[in-house]
Amino acid sequence: MNLRSLLRDPKILIGGLLTVLIIALAVFGPFVAPHGEYEIVGRPYTNEGSFLGTDYIGQDVWSRVLYGGRSVLVIALLATLLGVAIGVLLGVLAAYVGGWLDEIVMRLNDVLLAFPQILIALLVLSSVDQPTWWMIVLIVGISHAPRVARMARGVALTYVTRDFVTAAEAIGEPRWRILLAELGPNLVVPLLAEAGLRLTYSIGMVAGIGFLGFATDPGAADWGQMTNENRLALLVQPWGVLAPVIIIALFTIGTNLIADGLGERAAKGAA
Amino acid sequence: MTEPSNLATSAVGEARRHPDAVEARTRRSPGKAWGLWVARRLGLAVLTLWLVSVIVFWATSALGDPVRAILGKDFAVSPARVQLIRDALHLDKPLVERYFIWLGDLLSGNLGTSVTSNLPVAELIGDRVVNSAFLVLVVALVMIPLTLVLALLSARRPGGVLDNVIQGITLALAGVPEFVTGILLVALFSTSVFHLLPAVAVLPPGSAPWDRPASLILPMATLVISVTPYLVRILRSNLLESLGSDYVELARLKGIPERRVLLRHALPNTLVPAIQVTALQLAWLVGGVVLIEYLFNYPGIGATLVDAVRNSDFPVVQALAMIIAGVYVLVNLVADILSILLTPRARTGMAA
Amino acid sequence: MSTERTTALHDGAPIATVHGMQVSLPARGVDVVDGVDLVLHPGEIVGLVGESGSGKTTTGTALLGYARTGAEITGGEILVAGHDVRSLSPAEVRSIRGIEIGYVPQDPSSALNPAIRIGRQLRELLDLHDMGTPAERDEGIRHILDEVGLPNDDEFLRRYPHQLSGGQVQRVALAMVFLPRPKVLVLDEPTTGLDVTTQSMVLSTLDSLCERFDVAALYVTHDLAVVASIADRVAVMYAGQLIELGTAKQMFTRPQHPYTRALLNAIPHLHEAFSLTGIPGRTPAPGNRPSGCRFHDRCPFAVDACVQEEPPAVETEPGHAAKCIRLHEIKPWDPTERVGADTTADQRQDIILEVANLDVFYGRSHVVHDVSFDLARQEVVALVGESGSGKTTISRCLGGLHDEWEGSIRFGGDELAKKARRRTAEQRQHVQYIFQNPYLSLNPRRTVGQILVRPLELFGVASGKAARERAAELLDAVQLGEGVLSLRTNRLSGGERQRVAIARALAADPSILICDEITSALDVSIQGSITELLNRIKAERGISMVFVTHDLALVRSIADRVLVLQHGHLVERGLVGDVLDHPQDDYTQDLLAHTPTLDRVERSA
Repeated sequence: MNLRSLLRDPKILIGGLLTVLIIALAVFGPFVAPHGEYEIVGRPYTNEGSFLGTDYIGQDVWSRVLYGGRSVLVIALLATLLGVAIGVLLGVLAAYVGGWLDEIVMRLNDVLLAFPQILIALLVLSSVDQPTWWMIVLIVGISHAPRVARMARGVALTYVTRDFVTAAEAIGEPRWRILLAELGPNLVVPLLAEAGLRLTYSIGMVAGIGFLGFATDPGAADWGQMTNENRLALLVQPWGVLAPVIIIALFTIGTNLIADGLGERAAKGAA
Repeated sequence: MTEPSNLATSAVGEARRHPDAVEARTRRSPGKAWGLWVARRLGLAVLTLWLVSVIVFWATSALGDPVRAILGKDFAVSPARVQLIRDALHLDKPLVERYFIWLGDLLSGNLGTSVTSNLPVAELIGDRVVNSAFLVLVVALVMIPLTLVLALLSARRPGGVLDNVIQGITLALAGVPEFVTGILLVALFSTSVFHLLPAVAVLPPGSAPWDRPASLILPMATLVISVTPYLVRILRSNLLESLGSDYVELARLKGIPERRVLLRHALPNTLVPAIQVTALQLAWLVGGVVLIEYLFNYPGIGATLVDAVRNSDFPVVQALAMIIAGVYVLVNLVADILSILLTPRARTGMAA
Repeated sequence: MSTERTTALHDGAPIATVHGMQVSLPARGVDVVDGVDLVLHPGEIVGLVGESGSGKTTTGTALLGYARTGAEITGGEILVAGHDVRSLSPAEVRSIRGIEIGYVPQDPSSALNPAIRIGRQLRELLDLHDMGTPAERDEGIRHILDEVGLPNDDEFLRRYPHQLSGGQVQRVALAMVFLPRPKVLVLDEPTTGLDVTTQSMVLSTLDSLCERFDVAALYVTHDLAVVASIADRVAVMYAGQLIELGTAKQMFTRPQHPYTRALLNAIPHLHEAFSLTGIPGRTPAPGNRPSGCRFHDRCPFAVDACVQEEPPAVETEPGHAAKCIRLHEIKPWDPTERVGADTTADQRQDIILEVANLDVFYGRSHVVHDVSFDLARQEVVALVGESGSGKTTISRCLGGLHDEWEGSIRFGGDELAKKARRRTAEQRQHVQYIFQNPYLSLNPRRTVGQILVRPLELFGVASGKAARERAAELLDAVQLGEGVLSLRTNRLSGGERQRVAIARALAADPSILICDEITSALDVSIQGSITELLNRIKAERGISMVFVTHDLALVRSIADRVLVLQHGHLVERGLVGDVLDHPQDDYTQDLLAHTPTLDRVERSA
């Protein structure tokens, strides 16, 4: 599997372009923003400032959009990495070792799965004064873990029972080598697809937490928080809400397209 | 927005065994095996709920100082209120003891008293639970037939224009967060563009959501758009898999008309996975309403939960979390039992 | 099976005629089946033989006007029971399917709908076509079930397919297809995967039904022995073309085409230790088929002209024709020169493996009962039996892949631990296991080189550059070029993969190979060449083998001694010649009686 053959899939190509575009916006936005992150450029909810008008306290919406991607992007990426890492580790081990380990991991999984992801976040948020960014990473990442674990276990199981794994056992191949050299390469594509899906959901959750008004850094520019700050004026000055919302929509469409394209490849590879 | 389930297969029991062993296996009577399976499944559900209660209590009680969270800036200035709340929440007792007091109350139907409003939690959330349940029910009633129609249209001519359009739209919508969809719908239908529907669903006291159907349309549409695409995609791919199977080929070689092949031969074999995914989506809905109710100011458990979390009103948070998780466990239990009932192999050969 | 059935040519009017039929994949501009001519007469069974990729199944389903998704019938004429299939509308084609021409699927356990009760599946076509009154339909179903030897009570009709055994499922499929009294049948490998006793029952049911209802049947299969025991005429397909056609007797005694001869050289005989050979190269897939005679690149008799021109069908005797331009230049096929000798003396002086009082369990079920045997150096012992006999289970215990057993397994005098991991590295090295399905036993994500080098390194045989050279030698030993070293296994055919699996086992430089049905997933010609390879490995390297198989005839071509297993019990053992020619145990006699052989045509010759 190489990048060129991946990009021949229109889904992955379009998804990749969208994702790269929005990541570029988030990363380079602050350097090209016409106004400062906290700069008041006019009266609230007017078309003063640059082309998207002003927000609830008169800051420039377009500039805040350019500033507001970094936090969402970084938190969502880290949360995805954390969730996928924990989930894959548990899921693959449960599948490979089997027996009691499998039983315990999957039972605990069932319990965590009984919480909708947003509920896990709200439970933790209720007991803290002021969430920090790493707390959001932990919450979102951990809420992904059981879902990733279940998927990783399922994929690994289809290979664990194959004879090539038995053959490696029979010649006494060390277990870590079986995991890394025999199972590992077969899991890469399906797990990348899962990671893409998780990134999509991470973006939604991180922005959603901001939308509910649980700010890690109140007042700072953040696509999620912006929707909350300006939502009461949706009917008067829609851009304060619509601009970040459209960007989040495009971002999740992009990552989801990539995940779907990879998922199709994984299905072909398993057949 | 949720993920594929392997519950059906695990319920049936995926044995990592060799053909010889399968041949030699002895069979228990189906009826007895049935009973055992249901008992085991119920036991698991109860165990899960209990562990859920441990997590809910722990997450709301042990992660931070509840009193500090409740009072916020007032914490330092009014020690009298601090003590008042500590007493109300039994905070001077050890954590484990507090848990059992709470669990005992919960089991006897006492949901506690709201810290912020001093009203009994049950009274506070009663109407809201009904409102939310109504919303979820309406969404489910729209979602299931819509999914069936779209998936069948799509699978009838895979690769055709209609299939490509449905696939494109559902794929684009499948990953978009529900509150984003909601805001876009509001922008489209309640503001400058069309201005057709109410943007918020605030109800006058004493009225129920079904009295004002117009205010229901947007929240309902948002949720339907958030859950249906994934379902359609799963059902379509299951249908296509079934349409590629040997039994469908035989049906075609027997001269069975294509319509009948699709509805009578392929569809019944996709019901079980469809039920499992539908259950997951329903369970997701129960969580998904949180953001949507908040967005539309809909008087349900979601908006209440967000307020309670913001005010650190632990008794309310705990009660609502238990209700949401409980619904999830119940929905999955029902889905598993339905799956077994609808899978001849599982139903008639439970010992297998 | 009726040996008295006529093998003479049918002179009457054919009930189905195929002329110049072509099936292609229009999107890729590739032909799957190219110019097939065939006639079927009422009451006649024609065997359509070919290896995978030959287009035999496509030919069969094309008779019903059906092509799989992506394929299309693009040329020729198909006449079935007076209907010109290609000129009919889709609805008209559907109306003759099942009614005039029926289809029996390859694997009925997956071809019967798992969600529909047997009774409803049987009725469906009758209801759809409103055949008779409901009571008559019901009566017809019960009657036909009785005819195929199945229960016909309500309880049975209410069952789901998974509640039937493999043989029952196949007989339900037969009942279903005969129910509307079709005039023509297409059977697609209907007994593949069944045990010989069940297969024999299904075949005799089929034979008598065809005769009684005067049905013309096209029997599609890769199994020449089955064809020999049931078909009146035989057609051989290679690379999408029909290359030889004749009566069963003509085909099995005087095969003309070099490919037909090669196929016959690849199949084992129950009553003689026939030395098997395969066919070099691999069957060309649609799109890669050579010009001229499509077999020319694998044919020992090919000359330049074979590359240039497509050979016409030449009739060598009445009713027997083959497509080869050198028919008259190559000498007649003579099977006797390939008959070898069975092992006569017991050569057990040098025992390296001893199994004593082996009992094996899967959980609470006891699947192997008190089995003892031994294996000498350079000896091949075959474990034979039907499914559920415990033969594979025993081999898995030997290989350390299954650990729920009691008794003792000694290698070179030392007790072997139950699990491979708890055995010494030396023991693991000396006992090597080869799996049935090379599609599952080789990691699709690793190259052939990586797969072969790993055991060399692990057992300290060689490493680095030496290991890579050694891997190339091993590939040479299994007749694969070192060109495949850098390929992933998904680029290889089934036979090539199995060779890689054998090379991997040889890499460890073992004393014993445990071969678990290693040819049963492969084509006939590949089975021949793998058997040839194993015989050479045994002779050159002095390796002993435990050879697990369900194919009694194959045992004769490879093993010295044989153990017959039934339900986990060892019922008979002895030298291959003794057991196969003079079976003592009832079960062995039964198995042998049901094993299809080439005898019917040979005896009548």
